[in-house]
Amino acid sequence: MLELIVSHYNYWVVIFLMMAGLYIVVSRGNLVKKIVGLNIFQVSVFLLYISIGKVDGGTAPILTGQPEVFSNPLPHVLILTAIVVGVATTALGLALVVRIREVYGSIEEADIQEANAETEYQEATQLEAAQKSEQKSAGAAS
Amino acid sequence: MKHHLVLRVITKTLIPPILLFALYVQFHGDFGPGGGFQAGVIFAAGFILYALVFGLETARQVVPAGTLRALVAAGLLLYALVGVASMLLGYNYLDYDALRADDTAGQHLGIIVIELGVGITVAAVMIAIFFSFAGRPPRIKDEDW
Amino acid sequence: MAAVAICIVRLRHLFAVVMLTGVFSLLSAALLVQLDAVDVAFTEAAVGAGISTVLMLGTLTLTVRRERVPDSMPIAPLAIVFITGGALVYGTFDMPGFGDPNAAPHQHIAPDYIKGSEVDIDVPNIVTSILASYRGFDTLGEVGVVFTAGVGVLLLLSSGGIAGRRHGRDPDEDGKDQSQVGEGEAEEEQSGPGQTGKDKG
Repeated sequence: MLELIVSHYNYWVVIFLMMAGLYIVVSRGNLVKKIVGLNIFQVSVFLLYISIGKVDGGTAPILTGQPEVFSNPLPHVLILTAIVVGVATTALGLALVVRIREVYGSIEEADIQEANAETEYQEATQLEAAQKSEQKSAGAAS
Repeated sequence: MKHHLVLRVITKTLIPPILLFALYVQFHGDFGPGGGFQAGVIFAAGFILYALVFGLETARQVVPAGTLRALVAAGLLLYALVGVASMLLGYNYLDYDALRADDTAGQHLGIIVIELGVGITVAAVMIAIFFSFAGRPPRIKDEDW
Repeated sequence: MAAVAICIVRLRHLFAVVMLTGVFSLLSAALLVQLDAVDVAFTEAAVGAGISTVLMLGTLTLTVRRERVPDSMPIAPLAIVFITGGALVYGTFDMPGFGDPNAAPHQHIAPDYIKGSEVDIDVPNIVTSILASYRGFDTLGEVGVVFTAGVGVLLLLSSGGIAGRRHGRDPDEDGKDQSQVGEGEAEEEQSGPGQTGKDKG
């Protein structure tokens, strides 16, 4: 049992961080905080993959001319790409948040859903009123 | 930030080493940790520091908008063109053995050129994004923080 | 790092949240150095603690400073988080031990890359040789993603900055044109929720 904990504790720590990030994304309504939670989630996923790639007694994967044991370089490459993609997503998400703030006046999810529902309701009633007046004028003409 | 004398002096002293470090990281990516992405981000950080301390307008004069947009595309184009050059010489796309008579020298050349392309695009994109964010009039004044 | 994550969850002053995110990124970069991933740590420190923090602060000056207090205790998210976490922990029992040199990921292609980086490519940094040569096509796609993000942000946020002042009037963007003409004044007070004047295209 103790051996299981010692050999797998890295995964459990990472899963705890992942769940913290997921909790922020799911439960908080503020859009900036959601993006922060997404960032935490991404960083914890990176830690998961890099910790899989670590080899006991290995060093950084840079050749020095002496034969040595290296940590697996393949996860490093994949995570490098993932980090850059993550920052691109964050930048685009933050730009969207700025524009949402300008149009809706708030960045709380509840306010935005309320504003959308109100607009839909107004549109629906306007459409209904237009249809009714059309019917009336059609009825009056015939 | 014009009245913060210490900040201005330190920034003026620090920005050239930052840009130099970015170039170092770019070209020594083969021999130590580094490469295109890191170098591009550090280069952009130098410019962002300049924009923060000396004002956005001065920074926009240093890097005009048209040049920035051209640079964003140029890096990606450079990367893709290296691959096309390999194809034109008869090998596969992005096969760097084609670029020189000796395979290893071809690999070296190919890696340096594409890392340069990556660095240019990443730096230009980061600077452009920062200028876009900073160019909007702020809703919260400095005193309200 | 777990402590920092819990603080980020609980705090509501967004400036502090952003700063703690920078701290989180820096701590993760230090942890990555411990895990022998020097390139990744370099990138994470530069990108996470640098660019991400700057962009989030930039967003905060354009939006609000405080998060709103949630009205009720969030039972459903807590349940989701516990169930997902439990399922993931259950899944890790099959995974290789931490640092095991005989684990599956180290057997198949990583030794070929390590040897090839010395023999075929003659570049000491193995991560660079994989990134640029063996998996060069992926890196091309990644630069494409960065390019697309830059183009997207420029399209979204270019009110009079990068693209220059627009003299014609776009029918979709009434509010935006006003803000261009009156740049510097306190504008955008007329944009409120439920704007019915906007054209739905």
